[in-house]
Amino acid sequence: MSELGTITFGLFIIVAAVGGAAVLTWFERRLLGVWQDRYGPNRLGPLGVYQVAADMLKLLTKDDWVPPFADRPVFVFAPTAIVVAMLLGFAVVPFSPDLYLLDINIGLLFFLGMTSLAVYAVLLGGLASNNKYALLGGLRSAAQMVSYEVFMGLSLMGVVMLTGSFSLRAIVEAQRDLWYCIPQFLGLFTFIIAGVAESHRLPFDLPEAEHELTAGFHTEYGGMKFAMFMLGEYLGLILISCMITTLFFGGWLGPWLPPVVWFCLKVFIIICFFILLRAGIPRPRYDQLMTLGWKIMLPLTLFNLLITGAIALWLEG
Amino acid sequence: MLQAEVTNTNPIVDDLFARFGAQLFKQQLTADDVSTLWLDRTNLLEVLSYLKPRFPMLLDLFGIDERLREHKPMAASDFTVVYHLLSLQERDEFRLKVAVTDADSNVPSCISVWPNANWYEREVWDMFGIVFEGHPNLSRILLPPTWEGHALRKEHPARATEMEPFSLDDEKQEREQEALRFKPEEWGMARATEDTEFMFLNLGPNHPSVHGVFRIALQLDGEVIVDAVPDIGYHHRGAEKMGERQTWHSFIPYTDRIDYLGGVMNNHAYVMTVEQMAGIKVPERAKVIRIMLAELFRISSHLVFYGTFAQDIGQMSPVFYMFADRERLFGIIEAITGGRMHPAWFRIGGVAQDLPRGWDTMVREFIDFMPARLDHYQKMSLDNSILKQRTVGIGSYSQQEAIDWGITGPSLRATGMDFDLRRDRPYGGYDQFEFEVPIAQNGDSYDRAVVRVEEIRQSLRIVRQCLDNMPEGPYKSDHRLTTPPPKEGTMQDIETLIHHFLNVSWGPVIPASEGSFPIEATKGINNYHLISDGGTTSYRTRIRTPSFPALQQIPLISRGLMIPDLIAIIASIDFVMADVDR
Repeated sequence: MSELGTITFGLFIIVAAVGGAAVLTWFERRLLGVWQDRYGPNRLGPLGVYQVAADMLKLLTKDDWVPPFADRPVFVFAPTAIVVAMLLGFAVVPFSPDLYLLDINIGLLFFLGMTSLAVYAVLLGGLASNNKYALLGGLRSAAQMVSYEVFMGLSLMGVVMLTGSFSLRAIVEAQRDLWYCIPQFLGLFTFIIAGVAESHRLPFDLPEAEHELTAGFHTEYGGMKFAMFMLGEYLGLILISCMITTLFFGGWLGPWLPPVVWFCLKVFIIICFFILLRAGIPRPRYDQLMTLGWKIMLPLTLFNLLITGAIALWLEG
Repeated sequence: MLQAEVTNTNPIVDDLFARFGAQLFKQQLTADDVSTLWLDRTNLLEVLSYLKPRFPMLLDLFGIDERLREHKPMAASDFTVVYHLLSLQERDEFRLKVAVTDADSNVPSCISVWPNANWYEREVWDMFGIVFEGHPNLSRILLPPTWEGHALRKEHPARATEMEPFSLDDEKQEREQEALRFKPEEWGMARATEDTEFMFLNLGPNHPSVHGVFRIALQLDGEVIVDAVPDIGYHHRGAEKMGERQTWHSFIPYTDRIDYLGGVMNNHAYVMTVEQMAGIKVPERAKVIRIMLAELFRISSHLVFYGTFAQDIGQMSPVFYMFADRERLFGIIEAITGGRMHPAWFRIGGVAQDLPRGWDTMVREFIDFMPARLDHYQKMSLDNSILKQRTVGIGSYSQQEAIDWGITGPSLRATGMDFDLRRDRPYGGYDQFEFEVPIAQNGDSYDRAVVRVEEIRQSLRIVRQCLDNMPEGPYKSDHRLTTPPPKEGTMQDIETLIHHFLNVSWGPVIPASEGSFPIEATKGINNYHLISDGGTTSYRTRIRTPSFPALQQIPLISRGLMIPDLIAIIASIDFVMADVDR
């Protein structure tokens, strides 16, 4: 691609991702409504889809308030950080054989790095708010992210071993014969759990935990700054779904339909799965979450790594 | 009647007379035939301790301002403190009364005998200014700390129109705000130990999980609760004071709003007390209609509990299903009563109207539909392993603790106590029904939920029996105090017309008497202690609610746990703030 083309495509991805996240706020509520025997937002426009615009207008016109007791620069910076980090993560996603922004040989590491950066947003937001609920939320998120980050990376190493590359395009290409969701089902399982924790959605929304900490780390946030956190969360959801598609479900691969359609379809289904998780599962307690992370998930990923490594070596002969 | 010497028939009274000497006591006859003894405050603690093995639960403790009462019991003075005791084995009650004068209103505190007397005594002090000697923290509980006067004293105004117009200038606002400032020392909490500095978290009065306006001040070490102090009174509306102002009839809608999830269940406790005082016999059909509606409301209340319980554990969906089911239920209630949450449907002597045509189809559809839903919810919520992890063993208390703290209803049965007033002291026709009393063993948050869910099934069973065996006949008693009185015949003879006119315009005059009628409400024992001074309004309306003692116990069961556990405990207690503060 030419330089201009790259920039245009980059902008297009940003707009598409942000737009997707915005539509997702509506879509999630509608889908939850269907599953929960109620309507959800259905009044504005066809199926209520204009609700997205109405929500955006509402959030845009709200008072842009910073609490006088908050640490102002950090307070303002935090929501920006999460959106920027998540958007950067999209740079390495290969949407089809030709549609991608960056194909670097450390694509996977770049993605992991960006999602880790997003933790700072939650942490700083909780800390800068100077609010006890926010502080508790920030504390929880720090502990949760540190523990889940560990096996999130490790859960993907099986895929890397089988492919022999960190490049996401190479990983997709390597799945021509068999999607990695079959040989790497343990990796997939652990990565999904880490992914939910990473995007801190129910059942792993402990930093937020509205029933315990009112709104956790973003208790003091309102208007657009709150919207940025929400946007970041939805961007994270889409990004994780893109990564699951790429790493375990053969990315753009599939018969008959154009590759990019396949990619979007898979991402869509995985997003629906995440919403279903949110609808169905209660929230574990904070220490139970830690126990799950360190005592079950981490050994499981290491076991997976061991087996995959052994098989890979054996196949090479 | 009130003044008459009473011949004693109760062996426990004999026993007391033999032990302490009959000259210490004076006996009073009440409409409910509960042994009521007056005694001097000097002997109070001794007698209470002596009675405790027989009557292990302090059901209620409240005050009465006797100064304007015309038909005063002989032993009464300016104020009376009443101790209402409940036995869980012999299904018996006992009442002790202590008279004090306005000039010397002192009573020894009985916290050493019953720990749950703590809040009750604070309430009596708050409302009447009676001092309990030896109470560790005799401060306002329902009214704000800046309140002047004691609200249930007869000289205290009952309406805003009797007071100066309300104004809030800067100075007053400052003062009120300052009074709300949280000072850990006042709540008996240290700010730090040698190696830890505690964090104080003000959970509520506005918090998503406290089910209303309820505040708990938490002393935290990290997320671990070192101590918790519940603060109530934000929902206080003076229902007991209103009882002294409304007629016997027009107080019924107020009762609906005490436990606002219980609907007509509140009416039931109230009207049965009044009927007992007036000597009204309720016809069979009215009884069965009442039981059916009360059980429908029990289902409705438990469904709200079930949904919010799952929600507070962090499960998002169940609450929507259960509210949808409750909506179906409200459809039936609306068809029968015209109201939904607060139908105010029971009347003194019966119910407001007969059942509408087609009610049976609606009810049958609902009770055929519900069991499958409950199975579904069981799989979704109660069998969920995360939910179990969060609630099993959390916030548990022993049976003895539950009794000591006045816990009743499903929360008591969760400790293995097989006690249900509907079965053990059948009232209002419950003796005609077959049902089981579900119990559980561990008294933890999970068991409290399990018992309630099983109660939904049992209530469905009772409703089905109502449906299959609804008796024919009048829905209202033909007693002259029935309100509103039967209209037929008013245009034929003058006597009926006069009664109708008086009962409708003034309201019924209930003969001077005193009584109470504990019932098994949705959340535990609900009891209205009513005093009639022979007028159209109640002289004193005391409302004993199950939620009040339940909150008092929270610190005991939440110490050492984490914030999410506290939320699980709060969710499992099933309280309604209006039921706490009244």
